[in-house]
Amino acid sequence: MDKEALIASLKTIVKPYIQDENAFNNLNENTDFIADLKINSANLVDIILDVEDMYDIEIDNDAMEKMLTVKAAMKIINTKLNEQQ
Amino acid sequence: MDTFQIVALLPYQPPFLFVDVLDDITEHGVTGRYTFKSSEFFYKGHFKDQPITPGVILTETAAQIGLVCLGIFLLKDKISQNNKPEIGLSSNQMDFYIPVAPGETITVVSQKIYFRFHKLKCNVKLYNAKKELVAKGTISGMIK
Repeated sequence: MDKEALIASLKTIVKPYIQDENAFNNLNENTDFIADLKINSANLVDIILDVEDMYDIEIDNDAMEKMLTVKAAMKIINTKLNEQQ
Repeated sequence: MDTFQIVALLPYQPPFLFVDVLDDITEHGVTGRYTFKSSEFFYKGHFKDQPITPGVILTETAAQIGLVCLGIFLLKDKISQNNKPEIGLSSNQMDFYIPVAPGETITVVSQKIYFRFHKLKCNVKLYNAKKELVAKGTISGMIK
């Protein structure tokens, strides 16, 4: 999936859970969900469930533990989407 | 793991234990009860000369029965007297309908919405002895 489109769709998913508006406005590949956006671990689970719904993929425990930055999330989403093809 | 073992594994004690007995528990949900004693510590202050069970205590009761007991049941292989559960409330949204007086028994009925990545989210309903809906809502917590 196209990188810009992926970042844009991730932004809509994370928006309800962010606590740092500036970090959200400057969201990029290197943004860390917890350190930068100040999302708590419970809401990180909600984000992952929303990602599963939006892309129709299943994220396992190993992948979840790695999904801490935008870059890592994009990599996991693309890997799962490619596995389905 | 039976319901008595689950209650014994709860990380609470009086005056902040709000579980008497679990009537039913499955991987999908739990039903349990608590009777609010007239001597509960909060009645002295909530309200002055007019004791009513605080909403936060009803929420806590729903969380202890509906979320923590169910969480212990779901994690039964990993939880024991030597390996107690680590828990934290993450969010709740509750609506309250009928006041609960000292001495009343409240039944909590909790249905699991999901339990994934250590987060347990449940719909909870609280009923009084007349089976009237006292409160309902959604509670989530992290448990491992």
